[in-house]
Amino acid sequence: MIEVKALVKTYGSKRAVDGVSFSVKRGEILGFLGPNGAGKSTTMKMITGFVRPDSGTALVDGIDVLKDPVAVKRKLGYLPENAPAYPEMTVEEFLGFIAEVRGFRDAAARRAHVERAVTLTHLVTVRRQTIDTLSKGYKQRVGFAQALLHDPPVLILDEPTDGLDPNQKNEVRHLIKNMAAEKAVVLSTHILEEVEAICTRVIIISRGKLVADESPAKLLARQPGARMDEIFRSLTQSDL
Amino acid sequence: MRQVTPIFKREFVGYFRTPVAYVFMVAFLVISVALAFSRFGGFFRNGFASLDTYFGFYPWLYLFIVPAAGMRLWSEEKRSGTAELLFTLPVTTLEAVIGKFLAGWAFLALCVLLSFPMALTIAYLGSPDWGVVATSYAGAILMAGGFLGVCSLSSALTKNQVISFVVSFAFCAVLVFLGYSGFTGFLEAYLPVGVANAVSNFSFITHFSPMVRGIVDAKDVVFFLSLTAFTLFLNVVALER
Repeated sequence: MIEVKALVKTYGSKRAVDGVSFSVKRGEILGFLGPNGAGKSTTMKMITGFVRPDSGTALVDGIDVLKDPVAVKRKLGYLPENAPAYPEMTVEEFLGFIAEVRGFRDAAARRAHVERAVTLTHLVTVRRQTIDTLSKGYKQRVGFAQALLHDPPVLILDEPTDGLDPNQKNEVRHLIKNMAAEKAVVLSTHILEEVEAICTRVIIISRGKLVADESPAKLLARQPGARMDEIFRSLTQSDL
Repeated sequence: MRQVTPIFKREFVGYFRTPVAYVFMVAFLVISVALAFSRFGGFFRNGFASLDTYFGFYPWLYLFIVPAAGMRLWSEEKRSGTAELLFTLPVTTLEAVIGKFLAGWAFLALCVLLSFPMALTIAYLGSPDWGVVATSYAGAILMAGGFLGVCSLSSALTKNQVISFVVSFAFCAVLVFLGYSGFTGFLEAYLPVGVANAVSNFSFITHFSPMVRGIVDAKDVVFFLSLTAFTLFLNVVALER
C-alpha cells in the first residue's frame, strides 16, 4: 500500500531525512521509532505530500505523491503531530468541514460519517464544544476522528497517543488494532511498549537513516535478554 | 474547483465564530461614516446628494482595515499548524487560496454594503443618481479585492500576524500614494508627464476615483482584477515553495 523510495530532505545544512526506503502492506501496523529530530515527522510529511522531498518519492496504493498529490491525499488519513484543528469551531462543525472536503456533499452522508467518527473516538459528550475548550486528550481524539472519518485505506499517525492518559492510550491502541486488518498503518511513537503491543513491524530511524526494519520479536532477539529500550539506545547511539 | 466551496464556507462563517467580525464591522462603519461627516469630509457642506465625500476616504481607510482583515488569512494557519491539516486534505493550493480569498472578499463586501444607510441618507436629502451610487459600491468592492490580494500574499509569507500586517500596510501604502494628488503633483514637477502618469497608473486612487464619479472604464476594472489575480498567483507560489 505504501512504498517509500529513497526519500531525501535537507533543511539548511541539516539533512533531516537521508535516503529512507521501506514499504508497508495492507494489514500491517508499522511502528516508526527514533529519537526526536531523527526525521520521523519529516518522512511522514513527505508521504502525505505536505513536504516536497529533495529526491526520492513515495507511492500510496500505486500512486506517486509527486505526480498526483491530491489522489494520494484522498487515500490517506493523516494525524499531524499535536493534532492541529481550527480552535473556534465545535467538534461537530470541524468534522463536518472535513467530511465536506472529503467529498461527502449531501447532508445525510456527511452526518453519517461525522456520527461514525464521533462514536469511534468517543467524542459524543463534547461534540458541541468548541475545540479550544477541549483538553489535550480530547483534542488528540478530534485529530484522530478527522483522520479516519472517510475510512481511508492508509493511515499515517504522528504520535497518536501523545498526551493521552493510560486508559485513553489503551483505547486508541485497540482502535488501531481493530481497524488494521484492511488498512496499512504507519504510526510514530516514543513509547516502546506501544510498539511491542500493537505493531507488526518496527522501523528505527536515526539521523535521517534507517537503522532497523524488522518485526518486534526479531528486534528483541538481536540482544537476547535485553529490553526494547536498551536495543533502541544501542541502535540510535550516534544521535545522542 | 469543487473544493473551493467548503473552504470558502468554513472561512466565511469562521469570521463570525469570534467577536472579531463584529468589532471589525462596527469599527469600519463608524470610522468611514465619521470621516465623511467630519470637516475633512464635508458631507453636508458638499451640497450634493452624492456619496463621493463618503467613498473618497476609502483608499485611506482600506490601507488600515484590509491588512487587519487579511493578516490572519494564512499566517494563522501556518502558526497553528492547521496549514498542515489543510494541505493534507484533497485540496490543491490554488483551490485553498481562492476559497480563503473569496471568503475574505465576501466579508469585506458585506462591510461595505452595510453602509447602505448612507445611500438612504442621500436619498432622503435629495435625489441621488443611483447609477453613480451603484458604480461607487462596485468600485469599492473591486478595490477591496485588490487590497486583499496584496494582504493575502503577504500573510502567506510569514507565520507572524504583526509582520503580515506591517508588510501588507507598506505594500498597500505604496499603491495608494502613487496616485495621491500631492505625490503625483510632485512627480509631474520633476518627471515628464507621461512617466508621472504611468507611475500613478499603479495606484488604487487613480482607478477608484472615476468609479466614484460614475465612470466605469474597462481599464480600471482590469486593473483591480489583474492585481487580484496576480497577487493570488504569487500567493500560490509562496505557499508551494
